[in-house]
Amino acid sequence: MASAAKKLLMDPFSDNNPITIQVLGICSALAVTVKVETAIVMTLALTAVVTLSNFVISLLRNVIPSGIRMIVEMAVIASLVIIADQLLRAYLFDISKQLSVFVGLIITNCIVMGRAEAFALQNPPKESLLDGLGNGLGYGIVLVAVASIREILGFGTWLNFQLPVGENFMGNGLVLLAPGAFIILGLLIWGQRTISKYVED
Amino acid sequence: MKALFDFMDKKIGPLFEKGGKFERLYPLWEAGDTFNRTPGDVTPSAPHVRDSIDQKRLMIFVVYALLPCILFGIWNAGNQFNIANGVEDATLMTDLIRGAAMVVPIIFVSYLVGGLWEVLFAITRRHEINEGFLVTGMLFPLVLPPTLPLWQVAIGISFGIVIGKEIFGGVGYNILNPALTARAFLFFAYPAQISGDKVWVGTAHTAFDNNPLFGTVAENIDGVTMATPLAIAAAVEKGGDAIAAIGDAGYTLLNMTVGNIPGCIGSTSAIAILLGMGFLILTGIGSWRIMVSGIVGCIAMGALFNVLPLDNPFAALPFVYHLVMGGFLFGIVFMATDPVSASATNLGKLIYGFLIGALTVLIRVANPAYPEGAMLAILFMNVMAPLVDHFVVQGHIKKRTAYARALNNA
Repeated sequence: MASAAKKLLMDPFSDNNPITIQVLGICSALAVTVKVETAIVMTLALTAVVTLSNFVISLLRNVIPSGIRMIVEMAVIASLVIIADQLLRAYLFDISKQLSVFVGLIITNCIVMGRAEAFALQNPPKESLLDGLGNGLGYGIVLVAVASIREILGFGTWLNFQLPVGENFMGNGLVLLAPGAFIILGLLIWGQRTISKYVED
Repeated sequence: MKALFDFMDKKIGPLFEKGGKFERLYPLWEAGDTFNRTPGDVTPSAPHVRDSIDQKRLMIFVVYALLPCILFGIWNAGNQFNIANGVEDATLMTDLIRGAAMVVPIIFVSYLVGGLWEVLFAITRRHEINEGFLVTGMLFPLVLPPTLPLWQVAIGISFGIVIGKEIFGGVGYNILNPALTARAFLFFAYPAQISGDKVWVGTAHTAFDNNPLFGTVAENIDGVTMATPLAIAAAVEKGGDAIAAIGDAGYTLLNMTVGNIPGCIGSTSAIAILLGMGFLILTGIGSWRIMVSGIVGCIAMGALFNVLPLDNPFAALPFVYHLVMGGFLFGIVFMATDPVSASATNLGKLIYGFLIGALTVLIRVANPAYPEGAMLAILFMNVMAPLVDHFVVQGHIKKRTAYARALNNA
């Protein structure tokens, strides 16, 4: 793979992670990370939406009048979200019930709109597609990390498999609450920035 | 003695100073050294302040103020155990020994684990070990039930020290009181061991049970159900009488004031807390403004609920009960007065204390999910303290500008 394309795809995993560096998409990161299963499904839905929306908006970038570009972007993203939501309801009904409104709320997820505005409007379709894919997966990796910590500490399971925690295991109630997820996310951000020496401007 | 001091200053000290062999471990040396001796350093340039009170003495004075609560708490934990478990030959001595066997391990774990975190952060961040931990490590065990598992004490204090204090930059930068942060963590993470009716009196079946020092445990029981007065008052049905319900459970204003009732280790006895409060106020270490306005706030809110025509028996409970029930008094004397997380201006302290008192009663009466409101009220006001200060300072500025303008115009 060419190094430019590789950078587009890999940067969002660490150096330019949408959650831990750009601090976007926090709301859903708190809401859908009680279990790893829901986090993975949410990641797939968001990755599909952001990849396709980046691709489509990039194709249209030369014909969108700048005055109404937000409305056009919204129309594209909303259509994709509805498709994703309907697919989940059709094939993964139980999980889609657990995700409840949060699939629909992908529309308002800052990552999708942010990538469309910041990247797809200025770049050709191939690069936009890679950028969307990278950002979706970069979001997902944090989601799964947070969900893993919460599920293991809270239930003693991982991806619904019982871990060998013993009979005396006591689930930690705090990590299952939204504030607990917030603290875990903060610790992850702390850890990553300590390693990468990234400092906010 | 002088030879020893010389040896430490000339031979051991330099090993830890800049360029020495154990430079990274300087915080440990510094802490141990100044704990045992007065430093020989003198200030090389002005200003020179001569004052016997430094941070180390300030913090150790708070621990002195806690002594009545600690000693009473140890006796009370043992006494409650012996009553509930039917120890017939219980004496003051067996009460104390039993209580110490329950309470001392909790204090020990709190100091040990919290201390390890302190040292770790001091060494990696290269600052001195702060004395504030002496107080935090003691306050935290005193607001726990005596039956709390030790591993929970360990992770509770870890959370309090790391999340409540060190990530903000250590003592002086923390928004929240670390000991209360630790307790709040346990309260939400493992509610079954820190709230409810079964945690206040121990029935641990230990190897000591038949040791003559501990008295003879007549029967092995599996758990003692003892609701705290707050839980009882919160559970009274509509149209009921909260005073009667509390009285039926064996609680009177007298025993709630003396403190020989089940509850958190150090916070049951109003008398022991008042002794500590007197000491803190006399030595000028604790802010009397916060304590007094907190008590006034508690009374005002309690009295307001008394006169409001509400269909809630807890609201009709006379306000004096709120002062001696639960952890309010302990919280307002020892937790709310933490100089780092409280308001700093004099007027701000009055507002801050008053709101803690009022919020405590409001949470107790209006929110049935949390019968004890003191912890949440103090943490909430910790967050609000800078805001209170901001408005007080803005008010001063406005007043003085108006005065200066009037002077100019005259």
